[in-house]
Amino acid sequence: MKGFNAAWLLVGPALAAIGVFFVVPVAAALALSFTDFDIYALADVGNLRWVGFGNYVELLRTPLFWQALGNTLYFVVVGVPLSIAASLGAALLLNSPLARFRAFYRTALFAPVVATLVAVAVVWRYLFHAHYGWINYGLAGIGIAPIDWLGDPDWAMPAIVLLSVWKNFGYNMIILLAGLQAIPDDLYEAARIEGASRWQQVRHVTLPALAPLLLVVGILTMAGHFQLFAEPYVMTQGGPAQQTVTVLYFMYEEGFKWWNLGAASAVAVILFAIMFAVTLLQLALARRREAV
Amino acid sequence: MKSGGAALTINLLLAALTALTLFPLAWMVSASLMAPGEASQFPPPLLPRAPTLAHYRELFGTAGLGRQAVNSLIVATGATLLALTFNLSAGYAFAKLRFAGRDRIFAWLLGALVIPGQVAMLPLFLMLKQMGLVNTYAGALVPWLASVFGIFLVRQYALGIPNELLEAARIDGAGELRIFTAVVLPLLRPIMVTLAVLTFLGSWNDFMWPLIVLTDSELHTLPVALAGLSREHVQDTELMMAGSVVTTLPVLLLFLVLQRHYIHGLTLGSVKG
Repeated sequence: MKGFNAAWLLVGPALAAIGVFFVVPVAAALALSFTDFDIYALADVGNLRWVGFGNYVELLRTPLFWQALGNTLYFVVVGVPLSIAASLGAALLLNSPLARFRAFYRTALFAPVVATLVAVAVVWRYLFHAHYGWINYGLAGIGIAPIDWLGDPDWAMPAIVLLSVWKNFGYNMIILLAGLQAIPDDLYEAARIEGASRWQQVRHVTLPALAPLLLVVGILTMAGHFQLFAEPYVMTQGGPAQQTVTVLYFMYEEGFKWWNLGAASAVAVILFAIMFAVTLLQLALARRREAV
Repeated sequence: MKSGGAALTINLLLAALTALTLFPLAWMVSASLMAPGEASQFPPPLLPRAPTLAHYRELFGTAGLGRQAVNSLIVATGATLLALTFNLSAGYAFAKLRFAGRDRIFAWLLGALVIPGQVAMLPLFLMLKQMGLVNTYAGALVPWLASVFGIFLVRQYALGIPNELLEAARIDGAGELRIFTAVVLPLLRPIMVTLAVLTFLGSWNDFMWPLIVLTDSELHTLPVALAGLSREHVQDTELMMAGSVVTTLPVLLLFLVLQRHYIHGLTLGSVKG
């Protein structure tokens, strides 16, 4: 019985903190999304009214919300595969027994992950500069005409994708590298005896062995991408032509610029619902592929 | 000979990839030392003609960024201490002690990981406003009290503590709390360092929550202050690069020193599949 009490003493504070500062707010967000909580309610809760699904209906009628949803999906659909491909490529290179100075390369390639996002977003804003930026200068070297990265509505989101791939690929690289190192050598040995080329070994040994890990990495990376906020806040302020307004950016403006906390909560709930649905979809697809 | 060619290709690719990856960070440092306007030329210069610390002096002098640097240090240190206090004990209890509903609670906690933190932000802001904690360090620290990830990390590590050790201490008559502080904590030291590094870097780099909860610029952390400065000083490339260096160099250096522990946390935290 004494052990029982001590366990609660050790685990209680953490559970209480998570309960009060996470579980309760999440439940409150759901409740708030059915109210018209705005700046008047902020001054006096007496002004609060229950509006049912009013915020949701209103959001679905708001073109900018759809735009934000579309922009975010674009970032997810383009950014996640690119990011994972970059991670996998770097991990494969680092895992090669022929590679030298691996510890140095690993650290260097990981550095952007720990760098402060706001700081590197500021740096990349200048790298993307249409006239003086290094990216256009480098592209000119291979004969590509200058791009107005952050000023052209068609290029602003691709620019953010580039920054994001650079910033994040090191994270999954480390995780995939650990996965690669766990693949037993006999598998490659057997493939070599069968006469498999290097590329065939990657396709038929490495990728299948890595599949479960790639699924986890895919789900986590996708969740991260749905939460795009700081990059557009720092680099484009949602522009040009609102092409980089993301769901969270929209939520932030709705909630903390216009103080429509009811509507902003509905945005948060919708974002969560979409992320949840996409995760389930990924798991279902993975299970089906396994069953085939 | 074929393998010689492959080795060359692989090493060249790695070197090129690393150069590309480090370039933005290197250029940030280089441009921060250039004279005003020097970086905005064509072709863009790689190195400063006459390196100057003028922008750093301006940042800490007129812009008063020293204040925000101290804020960042306070918030990141506070977050680290809180995360250690709450997560170490909970992670150990989930790994090694029996209590009613333990496994069910742990499963619920892991399930909660699918909820993005931003869902809680709006009501949390209102709650803290009620409690008078908006615009205080305490408000900025609240999300770092305990985390599911932190508990999970410690639990994974604590599972490796041999039960015989705990049993022996119990037979010697030690209470559970004493066992935790005297026997378990020293054994948890490696994961303690890992959790501390992850939390310090995470809270130092955090942007959205401090942006929301710290409205007074005197209390801003470096990322929030830098985002504000960069909106005012769009043309001052070199000044902004100095601001970026001040914001990110401390965590980059900390990572370089403690990277083994950081990477350990990543690989330990990701083997949940």
